[in-house]
Amino acid sequence: MQSTHLSSGGNGHKGRLVIPALFVVLLALILACLCIGKYQISPGECLKILAGKLTGAQPKWDGMDENMLMGVRLPRVMASVIVGAALALSGAVYQGIFKNPLVSPDFLGVSGGACVGAAIAILLSFSSVMVQITAFAGGLAAVAVTMLIPKLLRSESGIMLVLAGIIVGGAMSSILGFIKYIADPETQLAAITYWQLGSFAYVDNKSVLSILPLSIAAAAVLIGMSWWINILSLGDQEAKSLGARVDLLRSVCIICSTLLTAGAVCISGTIGWVGLVIPHFGRMLAGSDNRTLLPASMIIGSIFMLFVDTLTRMAGPAEMPVSILTGLIGAPFFAWLLYRQRRILN
Amino acid sequence: MSEIIYEVENISFRYPGYERDVLNGASISLHKGEILCILGPNGAGKTTLLSCMAGLLKPFAGTIRLCGRDLTGMSEKETARLVGFVPQMHVPSFDYRVIDFVLMGRAPHTGLFSRPTAAEEQQCMEVLENMGLAHIAEKSYLDISGGERQQLLIARAIIQSPEAILFDEPTAHLDYGNQHRTLSRIKQMASEGYSVVITTHNPDHALLLGDQAAIVSEDGTVTQGATSDILTEEILSEVYGMDIRIRYIEELGRTACLVPGL
Repeated sequence: MQSTHLSSGGNGHKGRLVIPALFVVLLALILACLCIGKYQISPGECLKILAGKLTGAQPKWDGMDENMLMGVRLPRVMASVIVGAALALSGAVYQGIFKNPLVSPDFLGVSGGACVGAAIAILLSFSSVMVQITAFAGGLAAVAVTMLIPKLLRSESGIMLVLAGIIVGGAMSSILGFIKYIADPETQLAAITYWQLGSFAYVDNKSVLSILPLSIAAAAVLIGMSWWINILSLGDQEAKSLGARVDLLRSVCIICSTLLTAGAVCISGTIGWVGLVIPHFGRMLAGSDNRTLLPASMIIGSIFMLFVDTLTRMAGPAEMPVSILTGLIGAPFFAWLLYRQRRILN
Repeated sequence: MSEIIYEVENISFRYPGYERDVLNGASISLHKGEILCILGPNGAGKTTLLSCMAGLLKPFAGTIRLCGRDLTGMSEKETARLVGFVPQMHVPSFDYRVIDFVLMGRAPHTGLFSRPTAAEEQQCMEVLENMGLAHIAEKSYLDISGGERQQLLIARAIIQSPEAILFDEPTAHLDYGNQHRTLSRIKQMASEGYSVVITTHNPDHALLLGDQAAIVSEDGTVTQGATSDILTEEILSEVYGMDIRIRYIEELGRTACLVPGL
């Protein structure tokens, strides 16, 4: 069904150009970030190694370059891309389903729960793999409790869920405070604090690959449902009158977003601002229709995360935690975005 | 008598945590192509009745049959294919384009992992064209007037292609001109075969639309009948607790509802 009308094609005129353009920017940035750093690799060499690895060709390149690229840079770049996309996507979904542009992916308690999970593992001196697993489990458990509260109170409204998120978030931060209080200040407390600020310095291929399948599946479900997120953003009553099974749709969205966020947090630690700010930027570039907003937000999230992580690598002699920079960049950027969007917020 | 669309029988409804039944054995019927105007004092339960009919609220007693089927046994999607609900006010959430907003009316015909087709989008354009709104199709629905936004809610209900459309006080937030433009649109829709229920605070609107009228009393009961039987001076004066006159105005060729003075 081909139509020449301006508004046809189902995507809206803005997004059709924006998404491919953003994608090209992302690919260029990925290549740049693979090359630059304290150890430089030339773009040609980088492409040669990647192509060679894909085709299984005989290595005709420098072994140092290969180790640096495949063992250090590539997992780190992949992690930034996945985490940025996951946080931005779940942020956009949450803002849509809760009809609230000021919501971020961790407001149902996923980050708080993940912090508690990670802190417990650090307190018990578990391995770094166990820290990841407990962080993931902690995030899921916190959101499960949040979703249970409205059921116990027999009020299924979106507002009740938001309040439940505040309750669980508050409880998690107290528990985390207690763990920090009893942790060994020399080693454990430092590790917990560092984890809370987020970093890509310790990601490896294994951790990236461990979250990849689940993240792709959850993102695919959300992108598939993107038009229905428009419907949910009309509010419970209107969505229901348009035939939406509001509770079911919202639950599926929350579960997928939680899996994405928990997966991201468990390999990088908590990273603030991305999930809140990027969807706003996405709306400015690609419009509010979630059919284009969700993919656009993912790509912008990846671009932003890659940019910030590369800055942390380059900025000083020691690596700075990611959240410090996302906050420093995100907060004023958000103020500017809100100024641009004051129409809808009034 | 034409085909029956709605049969509401003895429904009762109470909001959780309240002592009073808002609806108490309310009954209503609606035939194809008919317009039913629901009147009643503030807080009597007009919107509650409409919400029950749309399947948004579940009465604790009584039955609602829509096109011969019991509403309680129908899914949200099945209900939405038969009945469109035009809310009193729409609070905008995000900066959607007008065309994308109207397109959301296709939801009851769209699968969970799909989206409306280009053909459906074309259909939306046609509805907007018929309503004289094609020029705003690409605009943000934040940048249009309240009257236009009300029209979009109607366009969205049309694109839903239901049997019945329920309007909750469609004229409440409109200026005098837009109120009557909306009423004439509603009348036209009924002549196209839609069955229409509207709630209103203005008995004159019910007189203009004709057909059927119903009054929701404070005790939660409903009286329905032909507009000329229900909208009498006695009943209206009783309902609103003041002197109300119904007069035939020769010049206009219609009856009007007026108050003698303040």
